[in-house]
Amino acid sequence: MQIMQIHEPGETPLPHEGDGVIAVGIDLGTTNSVVAISSDGVAEVLRNEDGSGLVPSVVAYAPDGSAFVGELARRLMLDRPDAVVSSVKRLMGRGVEDIKSLAGTLPYDVDKSGGEGSGMVRLSVAGQRLTPVEISAEILTALKERAEVHLGQKVEKAVVTVPAYFDDSARTATKDAARLAGLEVLRLVNEPTAAALAYGLDESAEGVYAVYDLGGGTFDVSILKMQKGVFQVLATGGDSALGGDDFDHAVAEHFLAERAADRGTETMTSADVKMALMSARLAKECLSRQESGQWTLDIDDQQTFHDLDRARLETLIAPLVDRTLGVCRGVLDDAGVASQDIAGVVLVGGSTRVPLVRQRVAALFGKEPLAHIDPDEVVAVGAALQAEALTVGSDTLLLDVTPLSLGIETMGGLVEKIVERNTPVPVSKGQEFTTFQDGQAAMSIHVVQGERELVDQCRSLARFELHGIPPMTAGAARIQVGFAVDADGLLTVTAREQTTGVEQTVEVKPSYGLTEDEMAAMLYDSMMHAQDDMNRRLLAEARVEAERSLSAVAAALQADADLLAAEEQEEIVETMKRLEAAGAREDRDAINAGVEDLERVTRAFAERRMDRGIRSALHGVDVREFESAAEPADGVDTDQPKT
Amino acid sequence: MEQTLKPLAGQSEQSGSDEEGRPVVPCWSCQGPVGEGSLFCSTCKAVQPPGQLDHFARFGLPAEYDLESAVLDRHYFDCQRMLHPDRFAMRTPKERALSQQQSVCVNEAYETLKDPLKRADYLVHLRGAGVLPEGCTLVNDQELLTESMELREALADAESLEDVDALDQRATDDIRYCIDALSDVFRTDDLEGACRLTTRLKYLRKLSEECRHHRAKMDKRE
Ligand SMILES: [Zn+2]
Repeated sequence: MQIMQIHEPGETPLPHEGDGVIAVGIDLGTTNSVVAISSDGVAEVLRNEDGSGLVPSVVAYAPDGSAFVGELARRLMLDRPDAVVSSVKRLMGRGVEDIKSLAGTLPYDVDKSGGEGSGMVRLSVAGQRLTPVEISAEILTALKERAEVHLGQKVEKAVVTVPAYFDDSARTATKDAARLAGLEVLRLVNEPTAAALAYGLDESAEGVYAVYDLGGGTFDVSILKMQKGVFQVLATGGDSALGGDDFDHAVAEHFLAERAADRGTETMTSADVKMALMSARLAKECLSRQESGQWTLDIDDQQTFHDLDRARLETLIAPLVDRTLGVCRGVLDDAGVASQDIAGVVLVGGSTRVPLVRQRVAALFGKEPLAHIDPDEVVAVGAALQAEALTVGSDTLLLDVTPLSLGIETMGGLVEKIVERNTPVPVSKGQEFTTFQDGQAAMSIHVVQGERELVDQCRSLARFELHGIPPMTAGAARIQVGFAVDADGLLTVTAREQTTGVEQTVEVKPSYGLTEDEMAAMLYDSMMHAQDDMNRRLLAEARVEAERSLSAVAAALQADADLLAAEEQEEIVETMKRLEAAGAREDRDAINAGVEDLERVTRAFAERRMDRGIRSALHGVDVREFESAAEPADGVDTDQPKT
Repeated sequence: MEQTLKPLAGQSEQSGSDEEGRPVVPCWSCQGPVGEGSLFCSTCKAVQPPGQLDHFARFGLPAEYDLESAVLDRHYFDCQRMLHPDRFAMRTPKERALSQQQSVCVNEAYETLKDPLKRADYLVHLRGAGVLPEGCTLVNDQELLTESMELREALADAESLEDVDALDQRATDDIRYCIDALSDVFRTDDLEGACRLTTRLKYLRKLSEECRHHRAKMDKRE
């Protein structure tokens, strides 16, 4: 029979998009970033010649506008402070207004002119005006290049981690940065979840675990239940503006206060602040290993010397550590778990090396925390494992939640929550609203994120208007507002007037995000190969679709070929062969046309198959055993629940 | 040419049902017949749109109040293992969208069934559709109202952590009692009793939550 010449589903000679696809795991950190790759469930951190896996998240801009990233940039921080940016993650997805609260604590010059376009903050660096997205893209590009050199091939896909507590704007900004760097984000994974994956798979851990993740600029804590390869986040919480950087600030302020007491007030440049912060950081790191030391501040060629011991350091940072413990208690409460029920605590982030942090965490959970996977690398390891799971397949499953409640503004500046925090994602929820004026033709919808009851205290994500509501008396319109959060934690909002069907969908572009136009301009400016990249992506998509279509028809032929006359079957088989041939070439239009052809020549076949199916269903007779036990698709478990 | 092979010409109305009583619809991918609500096409294995199933049916569980959380978890994980978007990252946009829809439905069912209060509310709604058109809002139980008000007042008057803890303990005990009692009334299909208990459970939950807030405030003051 001819049909046997058709390849089995999944065995078509088409370049299978899941084969040979390399996806890396990236931890884009505040202080350091790490890239790792996993193969056969074993993740490897990609290191430089010196064996270091950490790429400092520091970008320096040369006078010609070109950027370089990492250790070299970090060394330039003191000599060329105006040309170097660090800790840019703290600004991801933030607006000019947000920055005011951080004023004075940021080691760079924020462009306050505001200007056209989105409300996203911009930095003045070496005479350029740059967004945090562009600066982060430079870091991602450097990581991508590290991976490409290591692997000797192009890398275009990645799993990128974000703090669990990152809001929608910061997540979108991270995804945009990856796009600028020429990376397709397969999934944004929450950092604590990635760390749990690395530990869980390593230790085959079972039970309820806490992940305490104190990075350079963000703090997260997640409670997860791990069982049989499922990582279920029960609750998560954190503070997206609290991290090891704040320890440095506390110490720097202490040094500067000592200096001021000695020498009176001086005017500080941003270079001076950077220098003070560097000394402070050095002091913090040294005091993790030794009991005391002396550090120098060198401002205006005037040196001052500062003694600091561990006990004094601990009084300086204790309020910050206590803040993290308060968050931990709240999250335990949300998870409905008592601290003694926690089977283990995993430490993540360089700042968990501080002895006081370890002591306090151990005391809170009543057990010694786990830190045997390098806390600086564990997130990237988890991201790489997840990247492999997404491309190659895996038995493990990450079930994550929304970190913050999502809602809309109602009358009186109150927030109506639509998706509560700690709801498993993906999630889709709707709520009905109505007009409050006769003949009201438009309704403004203000989307916010946060736990407070007043709009002003929550984060504004987006505003949009539903127009074209037909004239009705107040309260008669039925406006359904739908919130959908995908597995990346990204929100889409729809609004629909139910009685007439006027509909409007917005992908929430956060108020502080980049507009599509800005994004397009950046892609155009920064990537000579943007068009190439786009074409390659479209070709890949066309191939995936062709593969699906071919395997569907092959399966149908295998099941129901007896419904076809020989010449009909031949026509289908010929069309399939043409599509296969097209798929092996680079012509996207030919592939799409081939898919359409195949659809056309199989239309009558499909009708007959439906007829047979219905007939068999009506008579309760298995005409051809068409409803054999459903076997799920590739890479999917077989123990389907019986309905 | 089509006529020669087309079986049962003229009877091409697209209706009928499979052996489990589900109507047969065309698979979006291979266009062949598939039982509505099936997760995957039996022929081409493509993931299908989520059907209109009640939350219990989605997990293949009987629509009963008694439900061990370990059992629910197992069914939930089994479903998500097959349907979660992570399983479809390398597939077509259509399959990714369908898996997201499926996964959303599974999450919604899980969130509803895992919580004893939401489960009770849902089951009343499921069994009482037609019998109690307004759901539980019709229950107007003077005894309940009085109890609720008394406890609220007691909380407002609470001066020490011990007072709050005692109230919280009482709420917690009563919550446990309500859940046990709900199990009995649902078994005998006493919907009115179920309504009353569900309402009581709702305000006990609220009370317990307020106790926690209260305690947090007291902690801060110290
Ligand atoms: Zn099919």
